[in-house]
Amino acid sequence: MPEMISKDNNDGFLIDAVKLTKKFGDITALDEVSFFLNKREVFGFLGPNGAGKTTTINILTGLSRADSGRISVAGLDCTKNPKAAQHLIGIVPDESNLYPELTGFDNLCFCASLYGIRKEERKKRAAELLDLFGLKQAGGRKFAGYSKGMKRKLTIAAGIIHHPQILFLDEPTTGIDVASARQIRQLISELPEKGTTIFLTTHYIEEAERLCDRIAFIVNGKIVRTDTVENLLQPVKGKQIMLLSVQGAAGKASAVLADAFPDFNFQYVSTDQIRIEAGTDIHLAPFVRLLDEHGIELNEAKRQVPTLEDIFVNVTGIEAKILRKESDKKRGQA
Amino acid sequence: MKKKWIAFWNILLKDMRSYYLKPPNISWGIIFPIAWIGMFFIKTGRGVEDVFDLLPGVISISVLFGTTSMLAVTVTFEKKARSFERLLLAPVSLNFLMFAKTTGAIFFGAVNAAIPVIFSLFLVDLSNVSWGIIVPAVVLIAIASAFLGLFVAVTVSEVFEAQTFSNFLRFPMVFLCGLFFPIASLPFFLRPLSYVFPLTYGVDILRGAVSGKNIMPLGLDFLIIICFCLILFYASIKNINKKWIT
Repeated sequence: MPEMISKDNNDGFLIDAVKLTKKFGDITALDEVSFFLNKREVFGFLGPNGAGKTTTINILTGLSRADSGRISVAGLDCTKNPKAAQHLIGIVPDESNLYPELTGFDNLCFCASLYGIRKEERKKRAAELLDLFGLKQAGGRKFAGYSKGMKRKLTIAAGIIHHPQILFLDEPTTGIDVASARQIRQLISELPEKGTTIFLTTHYIEEAERLCDRIAFIVNGKIVRTDTVENLLQPVKGKQIMLLSVQGAAGKASAVLADAFPDFNFQYVSTDQIRIEAGTDIHLAPFVRLLDEHGIELNEAKRQVPTLEDIFVNVTGIEAKILRKESDKKRGQA
Repeated sequence: MKKKWIAFWNILLKDMRSYYLKPPNISWGIIFPIAWIGMFFIKTGRGVEDVFDLLPGVISISVLFGTTSMLAVTVTFEKKARSFERLLLAPVSLNFLMFAKTTGAIFFGAVNAAIPVIFSLFLVDLSNVSWGIIVPAVVLIAIASAFLGLFVAVTVSEVFEAQTFSNFLRFPMVFLCGLFFPIASLPFFLRPLSYVFPLTYGVDILRGAVSGKNIMPLGLDFLIIICFCLILFYASIKNINKKWIT
């Protein structure tokens, strides 16, 4: 069963999704997924490819229909009428899908017009957003000629042109350069202050950790854990982690060290690597001496700060590097 | 109420600028009717007196081809590029969105119809033509053709499929609607097929308006085309709901 944490209060509560189920033939894309969003929070949806992230967004925004379950957005029942709340929603899909033949400025103006914004107002807003996203100079150029980072920024600008209460961001920084990704993260982090609630899906655990107030881990269409970032990180708070590289001797080294230091947790990572976890400071010198006595050569020692990645691996059983590989693959395709 | 008309007007303007008013399409709108007129003259070998026989057919074909070609391809293209999702996510009803999306094509089709009429004005005296019938008939043919294009667009998923499927419907329509051969002279097993195409009724109205040679009552022709428009539009909306909003 998906874990629920209590809703803040009725005033702050913006999206309520209850037991959403969606099947594509024999494949269950979503299996009784439940969650809620409070006002002005950044809610992260974290999971590998095919976990059900985009399906969830499509159902919430009206691009897809759930087989069963209930959705309410800002108190409006969207289960049978997905259009009911579309004026409150902004969407940034995983692919930049603006019109290649239009300029950046015209794209923003057109998107604003779809929400009934008048000419003068949409021109003013488009100019504001181009400035905010650092695209002022490129505003008169056709979207087709933009770089990936610029396309992404303009797509996000288009998503907020009508001041939506809720912004759905599907993989906002996938496939773009580091500088643009950093700028986009900065812009996203400022949106809740302006009254926007964000539903963010991402492959990047660090991104989720940095931006989100609460996170849901979704695997194979099921939410396996939902909590605040602070609560999720609680189990690893104060923990020390060290990675030791011992060429081809990880098994022997791990046995030797476990005998000598029973208070520490030693994990065999690979034939070359051991992971040490402890609730207190880990000092390297005793390990070096002991391994040397047993004729084991220590090649490298690396301290690690425990992150959400450790929690993700623990909760989902999915190696974080698999997620990273998927992100890299997607980046390559983009 | 006003908000959705702002959306409507801007979808129409964008489509006109992005697709219909591009130089290749304008030249297509002019060259296509001229090519048909030339072809008919060469085929019959007769003089300008034939214009009255040719005009209904050339108008119909110009509207049909101009409208269906553009709409089927542009909608399929936007769907493929996912920019169509922007429209589906707008807070406007699906019926209204599709109406906005097809209006550009309807307008383009109607303008295409004007080209052969303008050419004919230089060749013959059209003062006896019933313009009060021609104008609504052209608009109705354009609406039916646009909705046919929409139906094609939502049935296929690739741009090349849209072209193929459009031709699969358009060419039988052109050959069986009574333009090239009178329906009465068609083999008996093909005759029923003539009556399942909206163009047959459009051509009949235009014939009646230009030369009084219609074979069915004009009111019935109008009624049948309106029915075709409604059926094609609602079949397209149903298809969008079924295939695109899964």
